[in-house]
Amino acid sequence: MGVVGERLQPSLFERSRPGRGDGKIPHPPQDALDRLPGPARRREPPALPELNEPEVVRHYVNLSQLNYAVDTGFYPLGSCTMKFNPKLNEWAARLAGFAALHPLAPDAVAQGTLRLLWELEGALAEIGGMRAVTLQPAAGAQGELTGILMIRAYHHAGGDTDRTDVLVPDSSHGTNPATATMAGLRTVTVPSAPDGGVDVDAFRAALGPRTAAVMITNPSTLGLFEERIGELLDAVHAAGALAYMDGANLNAILGRFKPGEAGFDVMHFNVHKTFSTPHGGGGPGAGPVGVGERLVPYLPEPRVLREADGSFRLERAGERATSIGRLRSFVGNTGVLVRAYAYIRAHGGTGLREVSDDAVLAANYLKHRLRDAYDLPYDRACKHEFVASAASIRRRTGIRTLDIAKRLIDHGFHPPTIYFPLIVEEGMLIEPTETESVETLDAFADALIAIAAEAQSEPQRVRDAPRHAPVRRLDETTAARQPNLRWRPSAGGVMPCPD
Amino acid sequence: MPVPAELRYTKDHEWVRVDGEEATVGITEYAAGQLGDVVFVELPEAGQTLEQFGTFGVVESVKAVSDLFAPLSGEVVEANAELAGRPELVNEEPYGAGWMLRLLIADATQVGELLDAAAYEQLTTEA
Repeated sequence: MGVVGERLQPSLFERSRPGRGDGKIPHPPQDALDRLPGPARRREPPALPELNEPEVVRHYVNLSQLNYAVDTGFYPLGSCTMKFNPKLNEWAARLAGFAALHPLAPDAVAQGTLRLLWELEGALAEIGGMRAVTLQPAAGAQGELTGILMIRAYHHAGGDTDRTDVLVPDSSHGTNPATATMAGLRTVTVPSAPDGGVDVDAFRAALGPRTAAVMITNPSTLGLFEERIGELLDAVHAAGALAYMDGANLNAILGRFKPGEAGFDVMHFNVHKTFSTPHGGGGPGAGPVGVGERLVPYLPEPRVLREADGSFRLERAGERATSIGRLRSFVGNTGVLVRAYAYIRAHGGTGLREVSDDAVLAANYLKHRLRDAYDLPYDRACKHEFVASAASIRRRTGIRTLDIAKRLIDHGFHPPTIYFPLIVEEGMLIEPTETESVETLDAFADALIAIAAEAQSEPQRVRDAPRHAPVRRLDETTAARQPNLRWRPSAGGVMPCPD
Repeated sequence: MPVPAELRYTKDHEWVRVDGEEATVGITEYAAGQLGDVVFVELPEAGQTLEQFGTFGVVESVKAVSDLFAPLSGEVVEANAELAGRPELVNEEPYGAGWMLRLLIADATQVGELLDAAAYEQLTTEA
């Protein structure tokens, strides 16, 4: 049984036929090559595929129809907040005033964009309970780095250079320890409490004169709100350290919990998640960072400033000597920021609070529906997502979470996040978001319950899944052990870059 | 699954076989099973000094990347070069050809701080 289904098709290089592209699309003048200086010319022409226009269009349209997206179906990928992205955002981001603005345009002709960025900073500061916001980071992970670099600058400015430890719980996102390492600091992992929460006593024991920062995701990657967060933050500050809030799970707490007011010194917003931008496949995202009073001096430059006359301008390089400097070119991923602004303005404060209330309700409803078929290792009220486990199913039938995820594809659903967080055996992290109807939630729960029953009655059908996807079960192990990073035509095709 | 009686174990699922002044180190069958198919093992070079329970390398599977912890302090005599090309040995023969390190033991009394087979087996059945 091959892994490739009939809906896949040969590549453009394999479909290429010599001469077929000639004359079908406008070509440069015959002497175009002669106008280039000799040393700038290739010795041989590149082996580009030759096809006519309808073949190319059909190739890409057919490939695009193999995609699974939140616009085609339910996408409960835990920790990723794959909510529906309102089309209004797309209209706003495509307005020529935003989309066609040159990134080096002088402030005088960029007033609309600068005002939007300034107002978005204000809205995010209010949502996070923070004093100020930078919109520059390109995604959450860069936001983390920005935050930790500011914390490092804060300690160094106080002459405190011995603080090199960053404490993270063992349920944290992998980006947290990566951030600490990137910033030249050392990660100390603290185990979770048995109820899945942060073990405050273990944190207290790990805090000391070497602690630079503590990074907490609240709600946690188990979808649980940290009940003892105030106590924990008091201990962090008593030890002279600062507290970083990973805002990955902000969709659960809008209008209900403001990290800045709770005592966090810095946080990032995954605006592409919480405030809706299509973000599968790696981006683009945006990871604005909010800071409390103590870290304002270290914000990246350039900030957007409002002058006394109400006009806006970008801070000049070097204008603020305490800044940690520039993190990204220009002012950030403005297309994503325009979408976030449109989303926030369309919902307003009350609407955003409803977003979180509905996201939490949907997750708890799904969790309740699955309780008889799956293990719920942390069986208490969850926030916007929850972890279910197939550990008992595996012991009983040999069917693993991976098999169940593949079988969900046959039922027409995108699988949830699996095997994360790492502390849960055979875990699946399910985040339905607020944008799904109860009928969709029920259909998904029915599918998971049916698969659990099938694991018992017809396990081979689960092992063979997916049966109805463009590709069947892929050999991920060989792909990782012997990665084949270069495409070669199977037969008769043109080799684009010969050896 | 059987836990070899002659080995000692860490609670992080490494095993160690003490043979005079030398020790051989790997990860247990239970650990390999939990990780799933191992695709990459990063090991220290000969001559490097390890501290008991400090990290000595990384094992990567299709599911996760995990640190490896040294059961004993000592100097690395040899790392298993075979694993670079055949990481699957960790799954296939965790107590044999899938070994990771040979160490020159720095302090033999540290063996007392490790779990025996019965205690390790209990740890994995509780989990």
